[in-house]
Amino acid sequence: MNLAWYWTALIAFLIVNFLLVSASVLVYAERKVSGYMQNRPGPNRVGPFGFLQPFADVLKLVMKENIVPAMANPFVHSLAPMMMVVIAMTAGALIPFAHNVVIADMDVSVLVLLALTSISVYGVTLAGWSSNSKYSLLGGLRSSAQMISYELSMGLAVLSVVLIAGSLSLTDIVVDQSGGWGILGWNVFRNPLGCILFIVTAFAETNRAPFDLPEAEQELVGGYHTEYSGMKFGMFFLAEYVNFFIASFVIVTLFFGGYMLPFESLIIAQFPGLEGSLTLMALQIGTVILKAGFFAYVFIWVRWTLPRFKYQQLMTLGWKYLLPIALVNALLVAVGLIIFS
Amino acid sequence: MSSISQTDWSETLKFWPRHNEALYKRLETKHSWLETSGDGAPADPLEHEMVLNIGPQHPATHGVLRCVVKLDGETIERSVLDIGYLHRGIEKIAENKTYQEFMPYTDRMDYLQPYANNVAWCLAVEKLAAIEVPERAQWIRMMMSELARISAHLIWMGVGLMDAGAVSVFLWTFQYREDIYAIFDEVAGARLTVSHSRIGGVATDVNETGIGLIKDFTDRFPEAVESWEKLLNRNRIWIDRNVGIGQMSADDVVRMGLTGPNLRGSGVAHDIRRFEPYLKYDEVDFIIPIRTEGDALARYFVRLEEMKESVKIIRQCLEKLKTVKGPVRTDDAKRAYPNKDEVYYSMEGLIHDFMYTDTGVAPPKGAATYHAIEAAKGELGFYLQSDGTGYPWRARMNSPSFTNLQGLEHLLEGAHMGDMVILIGTVDPVLGEADK
Repeated sequence: MNLAWYWTALIAFLIVNFLLVSASVLVYAERKVSGYMQNRPGPNRVGPFGFLQPFADVLKLVMKENIVPAMANPFVHSLAPMMMVVIAMTAGALIPFAHNVVIADMDVSVLVLLALTSISVYGVTLAGWSSNSKYSLLGGLRSSAQMISYELSMGLAVLSVVLIAGSLSLTDIVVDQSGGWGILGWNVFRNPLGCILFIVTAFAETNRAPFDLPEAEQELVGGYHTEYSGMKFGMFFLAEYVNFFIASFVIVTLFFGGYMLPFESLIIAQFPGLEGSLTLMALQIGTVILKAGFFAYVFIWVRWTLPRFKYQQLMTLGWKYLLPIALVNALLVAVGLIIFS
Repeated sequence: MSSISQTDWSETLKFWPRHNEALYKRLETKHSWLETSGDGAPADPLEHEMVLNIGPQHPATHGVLRCVVKLDGETIERSVLDIGYLHRGIEKIAENKTYQEFMPYTDRMDYLQPYANNVAWCLAVEKLAAIEVPERAQWIRMMMSELARISAHLIWMGVGLMDAGAVSVFLWTFQYREDIYAIFDEVAGARLTVSHSRIGGVATDVNETGIGLIKDFTDRFPEAVESWEKLLNRNRIWIDRNVGIGQMSADDVVRMGLTGPNLRGSGVAHDIRRFEPYLKYDEVDFIIPIRTEGDALARYFVRLEEMKESVKIIRQCLEKLKTVKGPVRTDDAKRAYPNKDEVYYSMEGLIHDFMYTDTGVAPPKGAATYHAIEAAKGELGFYLQSDGTGYPWRARMNSPSFTNLQGLEHLLEGAHMGDMVILIGTVDPVLGEADK
């Protein structure tokens, strides 16, 4: 629990770099996966199998001129993309990557996580407002409405997990899932409804398709980032990918046993030497990345399959279906806890 | 005449700047009319309305359509369409070309299905000049027009889905459009602007490779449509985005004069292929898909069914082409291009080729005709008037995209911003044709 500061600093350094690299890997993965889904090869020119394509993209973005529209508010215009990236990166501090491998192991990390997702809406809204463009403004407005609507359901889904774990700390939530046989202790089996709710709301909170109304390439021509160019646009891009990777990590942490290996207790019973060893830590880090990678793949998969929601559909889904279900779910979990304990 | 005898040029020189100014003013008025509701006073003192200019460079406007919409939140309160950004004066061009010379221009009208445009033009000219077309050429024309219809509907489907956010479908449909390009390439020698039809027939016969490609396509295509239906017809998001959107009753569509799938989606069973058969449509077996709901979903289903029906027609054409042999162009050197063999190896042939290129077919003086076909987007008609020379005295086009756009303003009002792209997609305009 109480790591020396230099360890924390080292982990923080590693994790920030990991997120930056993973964003570029995800960009590559997204383009490659979409390519295969659309019966085309995807990027295959820059580097082996096109693996350097994201770096070429970044190079292009860095070289581009930074255009600020004449009527824009230059300060807020620059602030918005920075906010997006900083918030996206900060959320990475809360994720336990292995036992004790976490930058900020707070007692209230779940609350901090929810707070961070709430703040990230400012980035989008401010970007939409400060560009002083009608399309951007519409995108920003949509984004704020969407995030507020889905935050409630998301909070309630998280609440059901917190109720089960009896703690607001993400590490405790992971440890809490180690009970039960094999993988049956995972929250996805104890709280399946909450899991589905959380995954759906996570799509909405990260503005990914089919909830990408704030961007809506075809109607709003990019929405809140219409007026951004160069690396400022690149920062939105980076934030989007980091965001949905972090969202995958949060889904894994809350519902799929976090960093725990599948059947971890059984494996440790078989090989007692693993307990507390570096090998186990490495295995755990690998596991959580694999699990999160799977959900990142789901994010990509859904994006290239489904059409986008309409604004009213989005609101109907959020308020009329997800919120009541989330309320009932939280209530059921609470009642169940009283009955079974 | 008057311009030659003119001596005072000052008026003419003044005309152009004034003309330009007037043009710009007219473009402006639409915008300002929406902002001020006509009388100059701001219509919206609380400013919760916004005038948004969509297009002509907007990605979802299918070319260069410009819509100015007045938004209250996400709801479109008023909309004004502005077309003409692709105006090329094609009707005037027609008056300065011989009938055959003008045919390649029709490729550029509805550039999603050039073959059907060629056929429409040639049919109109043939009607005007009373030219008989050999049977085999008619079957080839029909088969290729149906392929063109499929290729146009493929674009509609891919782009419509892409506008709704499902980008992958666009690439899936384009794969099959690519196959159709390959067929056109083999049969006509060009992938997009085919210009294969000739007055009095077609340029070349379909060879075995072409037949094989078409057969292969008709075998594979229905499966593809089925797989798309599996993905979309039960897709909650897609269905909900379309159902009840852009509702038009049968009365509405007839009053606004919409044609094609937009008409049939509202339950009006009108299809020129069936009711005024041209080519050999009275000899093939196909049904006209109808939906009565009149919303975007109905039009989606109508077009989807139409693609399947087209495949059916193409199959029958392939069967017929096995037995119907013979020339593909009428053997009358005054009315159609002579065979290339004749041109290269006989003096008369060469002279005829020369004369035909120079003067071409000259319908009788005073003859006038209107001939329409059922193109992918609706009734595509040409009105021609002859003065006895090789050039049409008047040529007018009744293009389905133009007539269908008349309904769009009506559809957009009261719709939501998110519906806008669906609605433009469902009306399926091609601006090359609407602007003419």
